[in-house]
Amino acid sequence: MEKKTKRRDFLFTATYAVGAVGAGAVIWPMIDQMNPDASVKALASTEVDVSAVNPGKTITVLWRGKPVFIRRRTSEEIAEARSVKLEDLKHPEKDEDRAKNPEWLVMLGVCTHLGCVPLDQKGDYNGWFCPCHGSHYDTSGRIRKGPAPTNMEIPEYKFVDANTIKIG
Amino acid sequence: MSGHEYTPKSKVGKWFNDRLPLLTLANHLTDYPTPKNLNYWWTFGGILTFCLITQIVTGLVLAMHYIAHADMAFQSVEHIMRDVNYGWLIRYIHANGASMFFLAVYIHIFRSLFYGSYKSPREIIWIIGIIIYLLMMAAAFLGYVLPWGQMSFWGATVITNLFSAIPLVGEGIVTWLWGGYSVDNPTLTRFFTLHYLIPFLILGLVVLHIWALHVPGNNNPIGIDIKKPSKDTVPFHPYIVIKDGFALLMFMIVFAFFVFYTPNILGHADNYIEANPLITPAHIVPEWYLLPFYAILRSVPDKLLGVIAMLSAILILAALPWLDTSKIRSAVFRPLYKQFYWILVADVLILGYVGAMPAEGLYLLIARIATAYYFLHFLVVLPVLGFKERTTPVPLSITEPILGGSPNLATVKKKDSFKDQ
Repeated sequence: MEKKTKRRDFLFTATYAVGAVGAGAVIWPMIDQMNPDASVKALASTEVDVSAVNPGKTITVLWRGKPVFIRRRTSEEIAEARSVKLEDLKHPEKDEDRAKNPEWLVMLGVCTHLGCVPLDQKGDYNGWFCPCHGSHYDTSGRIRKGPAPTNMEIPEYKFVDANTIKIG
Repeated sequence: MSGHEYTPKSKVGKWFNDRLPLLTLANHLTDYPTPKNLNYWWTFGGILTFCLITQIVTGLVLAMHYIAHADMAFQSVEHIMRDVNYGWLIRYIHANGASMFFLAVYIHIFRSLFYGSYKSPREIIWIIGIIIYLLMMAAAFLGYVLPWGQMSFWGATVITNLFSAIPLVGEGIVTWLWGGYSVDNPTLTRFFTLHYLIPFLILGLVVLHIWALHVPGNNNPIGIDIKKPSKDTVPFHPYIVIKDGFALLMFMIVFAFFVFYTPNILGHADNYIEANPLITPAHIVPEWYLLPFYAILRSVPDKLLGVIAMLSAILILAALPWLDTSKIRSAVFRPLYKQFYWILVADVLILGYVGAMPAEGLYLLIARIATAYYFLHFLVVLPVLGFKERTTPVPLSITEPILGGSPNLATVKKKDSFKDQ
């Protein structure tokens, strides 16, 4: 009698297990179909001609549906960004690491709080100010005040030649 | 229900009812005993049913003309407004209908808060109501994205980015929600699908909400348990049907005023500019009905904690039946609670106001105080009040204070003749 019960228990457990695996196998495609599809992932990198950008100017280009700020910084802005002590920063990053070529700051123009596009040359730190929830960024795009948790992101990019930046 | 089994009079009716007891259900709904002292605050359940049906019907019609594609959505909404016969009317009813729906639901919720309708034995009704409210907010948000204007786009960006506050998996979830690396066409098409789905989920939950209501029956302004049926009750039809119908007519006057005279006052001008991923409007605000929660989000200077505070502000309502320790339901007999209730109403209105203002200076300070008070009300005031408050005497039945001439419990107890039969 006892032996029979155990056999039945085993069958139940095995059935539930197979059922769970089966359900998972059906559910996963339903979930994964919402992730970025092949055509979205295949979006090519963007090449930008920056020869017309004078010091103190920013251009905004679209990359992967998001704005990228390309700012040619003035010497005062560079000096300001580099003179900040790391311990004063909420998300400590050296300006030297963010802008390899100090004159050019290339970053995602997306506020790390909730994704708005910050306004150029605004805010308490002469950098960017996000109008949505009041985050202030400095001339290196680092968060200084407000709800955003991290600095604005630096995408992968390189100078193809002196006047062309390739993003992505 | 009058307690006895219902039998249809006609033979055909009996034949049908034996196989599918729809007539029994109809009989239950018409005879359903309701407290005779229900005031006009109790008519909002019917008004909300009307709102839901209005949104579903106008939404179905709009979906026949709308095109869910990032390149065409904005144009198709303008096409509805200018070319489709009565398209302007149907869209304005749908857009303002969302606001009317929230107006009614807020009155309905605050009615429950005042008269203690969420208390035992009506906790499940209340919790289903909170779920409906959450789904309403989801549907409203998704629907607001569909015209693909500037507010649509940036509202969608901000709200979906709330999920990025979740540690580790947040960014992955946001990408999954978007179906890309920003709000774009894949986001629009899935939002349209979900916007179409949610009203039917709400409809199902409304059925459960009413079913759960019909187990204990309605609460009432004096918040006492009543015998059903008795001289304290009237049948739902025709008494409540007529009363609800009259209130609905009054409500429709307000509704029609917005639709015909100021159809855009509750919207935002920026949403008549097509979505542009490069420019965020200078001042992003959600629709008015989400402003109090938006103020709570912005009053916390930390991203994750801000999101947690905002969600808690809604979810704390689900715990309300257990946070409120008072056995007395109606605020009529709770002199202190009554005052705190109105402070809460003012607090929520203040949160709504500062939510519409820029998050800086004095506004931010007010938002922080109001946020703190909101949580204080539910987590401290309500639990403590149940133990500390001296409530006033509660009558034994609805008729007694009137016929007996005194709401005083001791006086009423002597008058046996007015007790329930």
